[in-house]
Amino acid sequence: MAYPTDYRYTKDHEWIQLQGHRARIGMTDHAQTELGDIVFVELPAVGTSVQKGDNVATVESVKAVGDMFAPAAGTVVEVNDGLESSPETINSSPHEGGWILVLEISDPAELEDTLDAAGYESFTAGG
Amino acid sequence: MSTIFECRCSEGIGGLFPELDVPAQGVEQLIDPLLVRTQLLRLPDLSEPQVARHYTALSKMNFGVDDGFYPLGSCTMKYNPKLNEDVASLPGFAGLHPRSDVLRSQGALQLLFELTGLLRDIAGMADVSLQPVAGAHGEMSGMFLFKKYFEARGESARKRILLPDTAHGTNPASAALAGFSVTEIPSDQVGMIDLKALEEALDETVAGVMLTVPNTLGIFEANILQVTKMIHTAGGLCYFDGANLNSFLGQARPGDMGADVFHFNLHKTMSTPHGGGGPGAGPIAVSDLLADYLPVPRILQENGVYGLDWDNPDSIGSVHSFYGNFLVAVRAFAYILQLGDEGLRTVSENAVLNANYLQERLKKTYPLPYDGLCKHEFVLSGKGIADGITTLDIAKRLIDYGVHPPTVYFPLTVREALMIEPTETESKETLDQFAEILETIAVEAKEDPQLLHEAPRNAPVRRLDQTQAAKNPVLTYPFDEKAE
Amino acid sequence: MRYIPNTSDDRREMLASIGVSSIEELFADIPSSLRENFQPLGLPMRSEMEVASMLGTMADRNNSTDAVCLLGGGIYDHYVPSIVGHLLSRSEFSTAYTPYQPEISQGTLTAMFEFQTFVCELTRMEIANASMYDGATALAEAVLMAERIRKKGVVAVPLSLFSHLRRVLDTYCWATEIEIHEIPYKEDGTVELTSLPEELSAIVIQTPNAFGVIESLAGLKDRMGEALLIVSCHPLSLGLLQPPGAFGADIVVAEGQSLGLPMGYGGPLLGLFATRREYLRQMPGRVSGRTVDADGNTGYAMAAQTREQHIRRQRATSNICTNSALCALAATIYLASIGSAGLRQVGELNLQKAHYLADGITAIDGYELAFSGTFFNEFVLNIPGDAAVIHDQLVQAGFAVEAPDDLRAVGFENALRLAVTEKRTREELDRLIQVLGGIR
Repeated sequence: MAYPTDYRYTKDHEWIQLQGHRARIGMTDHAQTELGDIVFVELPAVGTSVQKGDNVATVESVKAVGDMFAPAAGTVVEVNDGLESSPETINSSPHEGGWILVLEISDPAELEDTLDAAGYESFTAGG
Repeated sequence: MSTIFECRCSEGIGGLFPELDVPAQGVEQLIDPLLVRTQLLRLPDLSEPQVARHYTALSKMNFGVDDGFYPLGSCTMKYNPKLNEDVASLPGFAGLHPRSDVLRSQGALQLLFELTGLLRDIAGMADVSLQPVAGAHGEMSGMFLFKKYFEARGESARKRILLPDTAHGTNPASAALAGFSVTEIPSDQVGMIDLKALEEALDETVAGVMLTVPNTLGIFEANILQVTKMIHTAGGLCYFDGANLNSFLGQARPGDMGADVFHFNLHKTMSTPHGGGGPGAGPIAVSDLLADYLPVPRILQENGVYGLDWDNPDSIGSVHSFYGNFLVAVRAFAYILQLGDEGLRTVSENAVLNANYLQERLKKTYPLPYDGLCKHEFVLSGKGIADGITTLDIAKRLIDYGVHPPTVYFPLTVREALMIEPTETESKETLDQFAEILETIAVEAKEDPQLLHEAPRNAPVRRLDQTQAAKNPVLTYPFDEKAE
Repeated sequence: MRYIPNTSDDRREMLASIGVSSIEELFADIPSSLRENFQPLGLPMRSEMEVASMLGTMADRNNSTDAVCLLGGGIYDHYVPSIVGHLLSRSEFSTAYTPYQPEISQGTLTAMFEFQTFVCELTRMEIANASMYDGATALAEAVLMAERIRKKGVVAVPLSLFSHLRRVLDTYCWATEIEIHEIPYKEDGTVELTSLPEELSAIVIQTPNAFGVIESLAGLKDRMGEALLIVSCHPLSLGLLQPPGAFGADIVVAEGQSLGLPMGYGGPLLGLFATRREYLRQMPGRVSGRTVDADGNTGYAMAAQTREQHIRRQRATSNICTNSALCALAATIYLASIGSAGLRQVGELNLQKAHYLADGITAIDGYELAFSGTFFNEFVLNIPGDAAVIHDQLVQAGFAVEAPDDLRAVGFENALRLAVTEKRTREELDRLIQVLGGIR
């Protein structure tokens, strides 16, 4: 699966689609392949404020747990409720339908240490 | 396989208890009507033949050590001597209430006292508590001892436990229970704990280290004395997970290696049955530094009379209702008495011989990430055997050949890990057969991979859908489904 | 050695194929100082016959089969149907390990599923795990779980909790820095709940409690605010008594020894643990879940494993790995053998005989029930005289009765606790009454 070039990526295998101060966040194709069939997603409550690096959501497969970390400080403004009944959407559509949450970010500069699509691809190739 | 709830019910069968032999009073007179059960009670009412058939059929869908080779790494699936079962069912033991008068429990207390001494000497340490009832329970108790020790010294700031990346999951989980955070130390290229990384991690916030010796790769830490010295010098304590004791029974003692706490898994090393997941026993041996904090009651002996000592103000308290898993202790005691020093030594000799023999043969077919002398177990990888074949496929195909698969996907540091521990109670013949099977599977993987992907075919059920089991867990019999 | 099949020829061949000349070389990786410092136990190897005899002698020193057992306090002398031991001793059950390979563990996994169902039926809770070590650690883990959910740092615990449960709870709460607030009891022996702190993670109730008195849970849950209601109950009483699930309990724990396990000097025991479905992810311990295999046939596998230590490690809901599986199987077979009719019957036998004994004793001048509250099969008597002396005389007369020390420790100067099960015959009970009546 190709990695959307307009997204940013973290070394924790998350993608970020930034629109102004709103960051839509999800899990990369690489991560969902590693995890296997996803059976449960623990979403934060809308309105939760997080610091950069906080564990903001958890994705569970049969045999492993994937933690989602906030790439920057902000507030949770939207969560993908559909994942409650259909967590497998993360497997089938990790970069689109399987989005996990939207963060309203206080300081977009905090995202400077993220990777672009090419950078992320070589990161996963090396790892 | 149907459950007991699907058996055709009989009417209240009875026949187990005699009729009431005292004048009956109305239940409503004895108990407040609000407290009398009106809720459903859907236990099946069956005849004894039905019960016998059902559980006999269930047992045939299981695989135990008596059925065949069971090389589960780090579990030590050795043969369980039947003598142990007989002594554990002696009425004098099985029928003894834990609150029995001490003077009427002398046999039980003597056994506990003597076993305490034997385990203490096997460990080469200062004292032992038989209270913890599982390895993880022993780990937790050990972590509680650490906490108490540092509290007593005003060093509660020591909140970090160091452990290798090959550690068993119960290690960090137990540390976390006691409020410690864990720092993982990487292993080096030969699979041992990286000394440099360990040194860098050591500071005054470190409470100590949790090590498995030999480690979960089956490799004995050559630098063990240096490691424990480093930790002690830095003011910390050393916890040893004794799951792998089978590899050095009768050869060396954890006390001499610098352990401050060492737990035994009686259901591993000391041959007590695994029971489908328990009960086990996880007694802990401790160094001088921690002996005062051991759980109460302690077992004591004065002038040939055995007793229970509750008077220990520095103790961490209790971690079990009574004295630990007594009937498991009985089995372990009988085992050690039977083996004696010579027998204990023979255990590790044969366990280590069997493991190295298998390793030497199998490394010709399967990747062996750490190629060197192993102890009682070794780790292969299923990676690269054939395209699209995983360790899981190999494991499921082993089932078709009548062998229980080894431990898979552990330790986490080896991709597609296969951890094999033959134990000393297997013959060379069994090992050769096992090696041949694994070699055959490696060929099948290339020539007819569907055999692996569709495995198992010779088991009571085919490969189970674990995703479905996890997604919307059905954990009780759905009585209401029947109505549909 | 009896349990090692390899012959010396086998060993020779294996050494040769490894490329070493002696077994000693296989231990070269252990530092020589450790080998040198090793000290043997000084134990000879012994034959099976000898060891059987030695252990037999030790067992005989326990005088347990002579005395008529009136001991209780969480562990009871119950009748175990013969079939339980026979089925349990099938080595496919006892020599198997954790069902990590479900396809060849359907016996264990199906039985676990049945056990979970039995626990839920008894307690009327939605989900249950496949066992904890014992009732004490089950209660401790329930408190830890409630704290994870509510995070208030305080739990309320009754003074009428069994002392062995309290001791373990004290240890776990000290380690996890959870404060315990004590709940007193009223004159009738039931809990006094009027002045509880506002912020609590949980309130623990034991019923029947340490005095044998049955607590009324009616309306309790509604008065508790956010605190979780944890109930520690007696499983064998649940054929007769309204289960905690009917009263809105959030977590139910129990000691399952009464369900077909020997007393075994206190171990192994069996912890029962049940809770609401919404708390599944916080629940400790293994669970067996129903699923299908590749052919669409029903089967069972471990479910919700991501809560457990082998996946979550330091963030697991508990560190528990080995549990009390074979004991849970014993309980499963026991319950399948007695059925709902049998469970009601054994409950009634316990209830009636205990009350018969209590009535008989309290008819003697000076003997009274310490509490007026309803009881099931255990009760506390106030003794007219030195309870220790009376205790000793009962022991002389061939009854196993708990010493009064535990009760003295909680302020009962002269009292004894007696438990009566279905095994106590009218003759035994009449003789006990007679002995007490004869003491002056």
